[in-house]
Amino acid sequence: MFKAAVIDGLWKQNPGTIQLLGLCPTLAITTNVINGLSLGLATMFVMMIANSSISPIRRFVPDEVRVPIFILVIAALVTIVDLSIHAFAEPLYKALGIFIPLIVTNCIVLARVESFASKNPTLPSFYDGLFMGLGLCFVLIILGGMREFLGQGTLFSGFDLVFGQSLSGLSINFFDQYSGFLLAILPPGAFLGLAFLIALVNWIDQKN
Amino acid sequence: MNNFIKKNRIVGRTVLIMVIFGVFFSTILEFVYTNANPIIIKSEAEAKERLLLQVISKDIYNNDLINSFIKIKPNEKLKNKEVIKGYIAKNNNKVTAVILETRAPNGYSGEIKILVGIDTKGYILGTRVIKHQETPGLGDFIDVTKSDWINIFTYSSLKNTSQSEWAVKKDQGKFDYISGATITARAVVKAINESLNFFKENKLEMGIDV
Repeated sequence: MFKAAVIDGLWKQNPGTIQLLGLCPTLAITTNVINGLSLGLATMFVMMIANSSISPIRRFVPDEVRVPIFILVIAALVTIVDLSIHAFAEPLYKALGIFIPLIVTNCIVLARVESFASKNPTLPSFYDGLFMGLGLCFVLIILGGMREFLGQGTLFSGFDLVFGQSLSGLSINFFDQYSGFLLAILPPGAFLGLAFLIALVNWIDQKN
Repeated sequence: MNNFIKKNRIVGRTVLIMVIFGVFFSTILEFVYTNANPIIIKSEAEAKERLLLQVISKDIYNNDLINSFIKIKPNEKLKNKEVIKGYIAKNNNKVTAVILETRAPNGYSGEIKILVGIDTKGYILGTRVIKHQETPGLGDFIDVTKSDWINIFTYSSLKNTSQSEWAVKKDQGKFDYISGATITARAVVKAINESLNFFKENKLEMGIDV
């Protein structure tokens, strides 16, 4: 059960490269590693609590109105996360901004609730949320890394803005004089980057 | 008939369950909001003061800066659409600097909000972009966390920089810009110039009579 959730979430059913759900924030925010990581973690957290709070109440939800009720629960949870981050982690809130409320509309959250948590017990649902979220988080980090490296010639820049001043040394600058590759940073770069990533995943799958 | 009642019972049950869920989660949200909102207001005020402190130094004032302001009506120079605050820094009740919020409506993607700290003689003490949506990696050099370009305005004034020099170098002005993002730099230079013009015309109301 645990092992299946890990394999499905991270590889076989990866939200970013296989299910292709929740692409809007995936493509919009992955201009660098830190943005991808922050949104990935926030989405993962929402998926964990959404899955594990809907699974115990699944018997009380009438089939006809399950989607509105799921949305209601997800929206309430996301609002709580949004308010808490705003209150207790102002810098993180500044960095993520509009993308936290937008987690509500991220298909992958509703998809996992609808296809998994509404049919399975609480613990497996929790694992499912955790590893699906982690799978998406990895894709966001890799895509963010590709775009940041090509677009700005750096990696891990801006970690200090979100996680505190102590991490400012983490930023790597690869070139002294790099004028930037704009395409990688603009939205088309996200589509191209994701396409390469999916191609790579498919290639590895075919080889095995 | 039996069927009709049965159908309506389902509708009633569904409505009831949705209402229960709605009420339950609204209550939780209300609880979280009442607890989080005071903290949010406090941390926003702190963030604002940190920002104000970046455009003027702490040594030149000793008043409660956040609560020492004049109200500025919408005007052509600062391009504000609602009444905004202009902060007045005082040292032992003598005005030492003002902080104005100016807007560049013509950024590459939308409005750019800039804080400008000006001393009593009209020299810029510091500038910070507080809000923008310029292209990440290209136009966002105006943000001090990305590049220190925004500091080139420090110690400029209407006296040491003529009106035609208030432009980017590409337009025969005095200020550097990043090639490929001229529109952004142009908008910022113009907005800062306008804030100085506003200061010149309104300094009496801010308690400066030099």
